Amino acid sequence: MGNSDVELIAHLMRRAGFGATRDQLDFYAAQGYEATAEELLNPVDERRMGDDLIRRFHPELSGMMGPNASGENWLFRMATTTTPLQEKMSLFWHGIFATGYPKVIHGKALSDQIRMFRRHGMGSFRTLLVELSKDPAMIIWLDNQDNHKGAINENYGRELLELFSMGVGNYTEQDIKECARSFTGWTIANREYMELRSQRDSDWPYGRIAWHFEYHPEDHDDGEKEFLGQRGCFNGEDVIDIICQQQATARFISRHMYSFFVANEPPVPEWPDTPPLDEQAIQQLSQAYLDSGYDITAMLRVLFNADFFKSRSSWYTKVKSPVELVAGVLRLTGEFDRPRREILDRQLQAVYMGQFLNNPPSVEGWHEGTDWLDTGSLVERVNFATQQMGDANKPGVQAMISNVAANAVGPISPERLVGECLDQMGAMSVSEDSRRVLIDFASMGGDVALGAGNSDEQSRRQIGAVLQMVASTQEFQRS
Amino acid sequence: MTSVNKDRSLVVIELVGGNDALNTVIPYNNGLYYNFRPTIGIPQEEVLALDQELGLNPNLAPFKTLWNQGRLAIINGIGYDNPNRSHFRSRDVWYTAEPEKISAEGWLGSVIRDLDPAGENVLTGVNFGRGLPRALVCKGVPVASVGNLETYGLMPDLQDEMTRRIALDAFSRMYGPTPGKDAVAQVLGQAGTDALKGADILRTAPQLYSSDVEYADNPIAQTLKNVAQVMCAGLGTRVYYARHASFDTHSNELLAHAKLWQDVSTAISDFTADLTEHGLEKDAVILVFSEFGRRIQDNGAGCDHGSGGVAFVIGEPVNGGFYGEFPSLREEDQLDGDLHFNNDFRSTYSTILNKWLGLDPDPIVNGQFEQFDFISS
Repeated sequence: MGNSDVELIAHLMRRAGFGATRDQLDFYAAQGYEATAEELLNPVDERRMGDDLIRRFHPELSGMMGPNASGENWLFRMATTTTPLQEKMSLFWHGIFATGYPKVIHGKALSDQIRMFRRHGMGSFRTLLVELSKDPAMIIWLDNQDNHKGAINENYGRELLELFSMGVGNYTEQDIKECARSFTGWTIANREYMELRSQRDSDWPYGRIAWHFEYHPEDHDDGEKEFLGQRGCFNGEDVIDIICQQQATARFISRHMYSFFVANEPPVPEWPDTPPLDEQAIQQLSQAYLDSGYDITAMLRVLFNADFFKSRSSWYTKVKSPVELVAGVLRLTGEFDRPRREILDRQLQAVYMGQFLNNPPSVEGWHEGTDWLDTGSLVERVNFATQQMGDANKPGVQAMISNVAANAVGPISPERLVGECLDQMGAMSVSEDSRRVLIDFASMGGDVALGAGNSDEQSRRQIGAVLQMVASTQEFQRS
Repeated sequence: MTSVNKDRSLVVIELVGGNDALNTVIPYNNGLYYNFRPTIGIPQEEVLALDQELGLNPNLAPFKTLWNQGRLAIINGIGYDNPNRSHFRSRDVWYTAEPEKISAEGWLGSVIRDLDPAGENVLTGVNFGRGLPRALVCKGVPVASVGNLETYGLMPDLQDEMTRRIALDAFSRMYGPTPGKDAVAQVLGQAGTDALKGADILRTAPQLYSSDVEYADNPIAQTLKNVAQVMCAGLGTRVYYARHASFDTHSNELLAHAKLWQDVSTAISDFTADLTEHGLEKDAVILVFSEFGRRIQDNGAGCDHGSGGVAFVIGEPVNGGFYGEFPSLREEDQLDGDLHFNNDFRSTYSTILNKWLGLDPDPIVNGQFEQFDFISS
């Protein structure tokens, strides 16, 4: 197995997951790229831990009602899962179907939405849209509880078309109204009471109550509708069927997928006026969507095996989102071999960097790419990465230092030391500029003499310092 | 718009959690107040009277002195239409000056952009705390976020000064400008260079500073000391942001609210004294706000989220006094059990923006709002 294969798999793991340790890469490399992609595409997590068990180790005392619990729980999964693509796809859908705490004010309902993405995020897009339309957090987020027969509220109907499936320019204002009519009667149980609870934000003294979807046939407008040129007494599911058939939907989802996994497209509002970065890639993904009957996994399979994804020119072109950065660091440090309350702080670190899970800035989600970066957020990002990777008490860091030491016999040159450290950080490749700076940095301590064995504290410190410096590189900020 | 001195700065202090306005500025001669507040009402004889009707909670004693000096403007009945009682949403309304729709651009982010359009000073805006509140977020506008001024900067966990210098030198080379780099590298490089530059300058501030004022050992006092240090260092910072929590007094209000206000009012009073000691009292205005007020009726231990609130504008340049109207406590005048707001918070923002910072307020606050006279233009 050549090193370039390991590097390619490292690229796959950064994009389809949250990065991987050198040991995990060895495991994947042994089975090869395609088999690894296939394993990611067919998630089976036999060691999966229940939410209740996770929560037992980081009690946050709010019954998961507050704004942080869902993100903490989720970050723990991202940092430890053996099925990283499943979590990555949940993050993908969370970015598109962006639902936020400020209006929903119900952490458990938001957490349930993420669980729904985990269950349906890699299956049929049709099923996903149906589940989304029944999701209590989404119903409150976009006011569908106020969407009544004879008195429609267009909010969900509009965003379903504009942000969740087709994009502007592919439907009329009339289609929005007809879409909204089709979703009348899709609400949550005890709407008035629950809505009141939500709006008053009164969690005293009884706490909040679980929400569930309820269909009210008497409040559903079952009259004839004309939607995207088709006529019928449509209900919500019929409308979703029609949406899913559209070429525009195929392209919209494909472009999102390309932007998330391959290279950042501009923000969605600019799409109608800006051609995709790679028209052919969008066509390939759209074709997979239509050929497979809207199967997300079929699209992902095409994507991960395509040259436009695998090509070296697409490596390190993306900026890690704060959550990707934090989860990636935690996977390397191996801190969370079991749930620990430190996850409370780790989730806050992502907040400091500008990404608060379950609290996106708006229904448009986060602006990705270089929009993650400003002076303040970069300081947080670099400090977090270097602080964690500089802590030799973390099991993952210890293991990396030992691996570097074990791979050497006798003194190793600064060049070699940097190479070994980059390799341990997940088969990283860096620019010549970065490499030169790292080598100069490593040279400050001269050759690392490992003749005295792994217990040599001075050598271990030297190795640790270089690992920490690698965590400060531009490449580590990128994916 | 008036042309103003480039030394003028704005210090914004956010009372996080929803300050109970009715137990802050108290209608101590109004029987309804005591009817609605059987458990958390402040006894009439303890209230620090400002006039025949209103007085301050005794834990704001330092504010009474500021009031007597004519440096304290109290904006009663502040709020916005269709109030939202969720902490997060209401905060965002105040942060973005946009109550109608969800917006991602912060009002102070726009202020920093307008004060320094070319982005010449990476320290035009400085936030004290971790993570940037949305108030300061504006695309392309650098804002330093300082957790602790003494250790602010990159890789603060490197204790050894020599090691840290070598690491930062390596960092500056990796993030320095190199021709032919891609767009991501350019943004990373700019942010990295700005961060280093800001940290180098900011870290000098505590060394340049000396003062006879002794700040208390609590977070808001230490933060305002940091603000004074940066101000005294003359780094060209125009907007400072600080937060203090948590004013979310659903229970145990009497004890919690007392401690909160003792800390905040003492810190502010020490800060103004510090500015005077350094001859800077004419250069700074302080705005104190909270995302909402609380219910009129207490809940037996505290009170729940409400709407209409109180804000303070403080400083030597301020015309002290009452602004806005004190909301009526009569049931028919209440808004769903809350103090009914009678002035939009964007009137206060506009006044500060126009009369103090010399900016066009309308595009920043998303509309045209009547201005107060708490600052003379």
